[in-house]
Amino acid sequence: MVVNIVIHILLALMMPPLLIGVINRTKALMAGRRGAPLLQPYFELARLWRKGSVFSRTTSWLFRAGPLVALAATLLAASLVPFGGHNPPVAFVGDLVLFAYLFALARFFTTLAALDTGSSFEGMGAAREVTFGCLTEPVLFLVLVALARESGSLSLNGLLSHASGEMWPYGAAALLLMVGALFILLLAENCRIPFDDPTTHLELTMIHEVMVLDHSGPAFGLILYGAALKLFVLGALVLHVALPFGIGEGLLGWLAFCVGMLLLSVAVGLVESVMARLRLLQVPRLLVAAAALAAFALLLTVR
Amino acid sequence: MAGFESACFASSNIVIASVVVLLLASLPGVMLPSARVGQACTTLLVVIAALVGIPSSVVTLLARDTTAWDLFWPLPYGPAQLVLDPLAALFLLPIFLISCCGSLYALRYRPARGGYDRVMSSMYALLPGSMSLIVLAGDSLLFLIAWEAMALSCYLLLIADHHQQEVRDAGSLYLIATHTGTLALIALFALLYQLTGSLVLPASGSLSAVGPASTIIFLLALVGFGAKAGLMPLHVWLPSAHANAPSHASAIMSGVILKMGIYGIVRTVTLFDSPPLWWGLTLLGLGTVSAVAGVAFALGQHDLKRLLAYHSIENIGIICMGIGVGLCGLSLGRPGIALLGLAGGLLHLLNHAIFKALLFLGAGAVIHATGSRQLERMGGMLRVMPRTALFFLVGAAAICGLPPFNGFVSELLVYLGLFRQVMSESGSGAVLAALAIPALALVGGLAVACFVKVFGVVFLGTARQPLAADAHEPGWPMLLPMGLLALLCLLIGLAPLALAPLLEAAVSWHPLLQQESLSLTTTAPLGWLTLMGLALLGLLLLLTAFYLSRLRSSSCTTDATWGCGYPAPTPRMQYSASSFADGLVGLLAPLLRPYGHRPVLPQQELAPASSRFSSHVPEVVLDLWLLPLLRRLEQYSSFLRQLQHGQLHLYLLYIFATLFILMVWALW
Repeated sequence: MVVNIVIHILLALMMPPLLIGVINRTKALMAGRRGAPLLQPYFELARLWRKGSVFSRTTSWLFRAGPLVALAATLLAASLVPFGGHNPPVAFVGDLVLFAYLFALARFFTTLAALDTGSSFEGMGAAREVTFGCLTEPVLFLVLVALARESGSLSLNGLLSHASGEMWPYGAAALLLMVGALFILLLAENCRIPFDDPTTHLELTMIHEVMVLDHSGPAFGLILYGAALKLFVLGALVLHVALPFGIGEGLLGWLAFCVGMLLLSVAVGLVESVMARLRLLQVPRLLVAAAALAAFALLLTVR
Repeated sequence: MAGFESACFASSNIVIASVVVLLLASLPGVMLPSARVGQACTTLLVVIAALVGIPSSVVTLLARDTTAWDLFWPLPYGPAQLVLDPLAALFLLPIFLISCCGSLYALRYRPARGGYDRVMSSMYALLPGSMSLIVLAGDSLLFLIAWEAMALSCYLLLIADHHQQEVRDAGSLYLIATHTGTLALIALFALLYQLTGSLVLPASGSLSAVGPASTIIFLLALVGFGAKAGLMPLHVWLPSAHANAPSHASAIMSGVILKMGIYGIVRTVTLFDSPPLWWGLTLLGLGTVSAVAGVAFALGQHDLKRLLAYHSIENIGIICMGIGVGLCGLSLGRPGIALLGLAGGLLHLLNHAIFKALLFLGAGAVIHATGSRQLERMGGMLRVMPRTALFFLVGAAAICGLPPFNGFVSELLVYLGLFRQVMSESGSGAVLAALAIPALALVGGLAVACFVKVFGVVFLGTARQPLAADAHEPGWPMLLPMGLLALLCLLIGLAPLALAPLLEAAVSWHPLLQQESLSLTTTAPLGWLTLMGLALLGLLLLLTAFYLSRLRSSSCTTDATWGCGYPAPTPRMQYSASSFADGLVGLLAPLLRPYGHRPVLPQQELAPASSRFSSHVPEVVLDLWLLPLLRRLEQYSSFLRQLQHGQLHLYLLYIFATLFILMVWALW
C-alpha cells in the first residue's frame, strides 16, 4: 500500500520528461533522423534550472506566481489519477470535478502570467488557450458522465478501473468513441500537433509556446516540466479507457503501465509525424467533433 | 437543553431587533442636519445590526425552529405576521453581511456632501431593511409592501447620478421591469388567497401540488420572482441597472436583491407538499440557459460593470440549476440528490453574494481611479493598487469556481447532484441532467476566459491611457470590506464543513430532508476539500520557497518585454479586451449577434489613412426582440392614450366609476 503510493509519486515526478523524449525520438525516426537522446528533456530541464532569469519590466509578482500555481495544481491532479491497476494516493467521491477544475486553475494562472507581460503576442496565445479550453472542458465532462453512469462510481479511480476492467466486453462501442474523444483532448490540452506545434517557438500561430515567450531560466524549466506532467496525467487517463483489460497490480502492473505510457507517446509521435498543424480557425471544428464523439458515447450509455 | 432553547428564543428576538435597527438606520441619513454625520450614524447602525444580526441568525438557523410574531395592523386584512424560520434566517445572512460591507465602503467611495447623498445613505439602510422584512414576512400583504419598498429604495439608489441620461434610462427600465414582475406576484398572492382563504402564507408543505391552481402559481412565481432574479429571458433590466448604479449599490443589487427573487421561488415551492418533476426540470433547464447565455454575453462586454452584471445572470443560472436538481430529487424521492442540489444552490447563493459584492467593490475602486468603466482604457492597475488587485483576483478565481475558493465548493455540490441524477434515473430526468453537466463545464470554461480577460486587461500590463496623477490605493474603509469578503471566499473554500449544518437546517422544511441519517458530510466530500485545499496551498508554498531560493542564488536581470524584435512598443499595442474575447465571440456569434464598423483599407495606397474600428455586442433579448415587439404593440394600442390626458378630475371620475361598477357587481 505505502510502497504503491511511493511508486506513484516517484513515477509522477520522474517519468513525464521521458514521454517528451520518446515523442521527439519517434518523430526523428519517422523523419529519417537519428534524433536526440531519450533523456534530452531531463538535460534541458537541468540546464534551465542552472540558468539566470530575465524579467520584463512590466511584470509583477503574478508573472512569477503563474508557473508555480500551474505546477502545484497539476501535481495535485497527478495524485488523483490511478496509474495502472493501483489505487491513486487520493480518491474520494467527486474527485473527478476537482481533477477537471485543477486544470482550469492552472490555465487561469498561466494565461494571467502571459497577459502580465503586456505583449500582444502573449495576449494572443492566452486568448487561444482560454478559447480552446472552453471547448475541451465539456468534452472531458461528457466522457466523465458517460463513465460515471456505466460504473456507478463518482471517483476517478472507480470510474477508470471499471472502464479498463469490466466495461469493454459489453460497452466497446461507447468506449471506442470515448477513446477517440479523449485522444483529441490529450493532443489539444497538451498543445501537440495538429493543434499547436511545440517545436517552432516564434510563429504567431502558436498557443502554448507563445504564451511563455517571456519566461526564462528556472521558471521556464518549471513550465516545461509542468507541461510534461500534464501530458503524463492526461495520458494515464486515456490509457485507462483505451486498454481493453485491467492492468494487474504489483511490480508487473507498474511495468505494464510504464510500457503503456511509452506506447502512448509513440502514438502521439506518429500522429505528429504524419499530420500537419491545422489552421487556427479549424481547431474549434475538431474540438466540436471530439465533443460530438463524446456525446454519442454518452447517448449509448444513457439510452 | 432548556438553556439552549431559551437561547434560541432569545436569538430569534435579537434577529428581529437587529432588523429594526437596520430599518431605523435609514432615519439619520435624511434627518440629521449634517449629511456627513448622518452617513456616519447610518453606517454605524448598519454595522451594529450586522454584528448582532449575523451571529443570532446563525444560532436561530442551527436551532431549526420557527418563531412567529403577530404585529399590530389596523388594516382590514387580518393580522400581519413576522415568521422567522431556518430558510429566512439563511437569507438574512447575505443581507446583513453585504449591507455592512457596502455602507463601510461608501464612507470613502461616496462621502455624503448633502443634496441627493442624504437620500442615498438613507436608502442604503432602507433597502436591506425592507429585504429582511421580505424574508420575515408571514403574510402576503406585508410581503408585497416590503417588496415594493425594496423596489423603490433600490430605484432611488440606482439613479444616484441622475444628471446622466443613461442612468435615468436604466432607472426607468428597472422600474418598468420590477413592476411588471410585481403584477405577476399580486396575481400569485390572489390565487393563494383563493386556495387558503387567508392572506397569511400557508405552512410549508400544506398545499397540494396537484391541479391547475398550483401549476399557475408556480408559473407566476417563475415570472414574477424570475424577473427580479434576472433569469435569462426576463433579465432585460439587469445589465444597465447594475452598470449605472454606484458601485456599492451594484454590490448590494447583485449580491442580495437578485437573491430575493430566488427566495421567492424557493418559498413558493416550500408551500407545496411534493413538487412535480417538471417543476424541477423547468428550473434546471432555465438555469442552464441563463448560466450559458449569461456568461456568453459577459464575454462580449467592454464595460467592466456591465460585464459583472451579466455574470450575475450566469450565477443566478447556476443557483437555479442547483435548486432544480434539488426539486427533482424531492419529487423522485431521492433525499441524497435533493440535499446536494438544494444545499449546492443555496451555498452558491451565499457564495455569489460574497464574491460578486467583492468584485463590484473592487471595480468601484478601479473606476474611481481611472474615471471610466471602459475596459479598453485601463491596464496596469496592479502597480497602482496592489491590495485591491489581490482581492479582485481572489474574487475572480472564486467566481470561476476554481479551487480552493468558495465557488468551487458550491459548484461541486451542484455537479454531484447532477451526476447522481444521471446515474440513478432514466428518462427525461437523466437526459436533462446529462446535458446540464457539460453545459456547466462550458460555463466554467467561459467564466475563466472572461475573468482572465478582465483581470489581465484591468490590472496587468501597462496603463493604456495616462492615469490621474493622484490615482492610488483606496483608503481602509474601502479596503477593509474587500479584504473581509476575500477572506470569506478563501475560508469557505477551505472549510466548507463549517457551513454544512447551516445548509442542512435551511433545507429541512421537507420531511424527506429531515432524516437524521442524511447529512452533507456523508453525501459530499467536504472534509476532503479542506484536505485538498491545504495540500494545494502547501505544494504552492513549497514550490515558491524552492523557486525563490533558486532565484536568489542566480543572476536576475530586468529588460523590456520581448516584442519579437520590435524595439519601440507602446501601451496601445497590448492585446485589448475585445481582441482577447474575439475568438469566442466569433464562435458564439449566432447567440451574441455582434456587430461593428470595420474599416475598408484601400488596396493601392502604400500607407492607408487613419481609420476607426468598433465592435459591439447588443443586449439581444431587449434590443432585438422586446423593443421591436413593444414598438409594434404601441402602434396598435396608441388609441388608448386618449384615456390618459392629465386632467385630475377625470381621473377621479375613473376611480369613482370603477368603484361603482365593482359595487354593483358585488351586490348583484
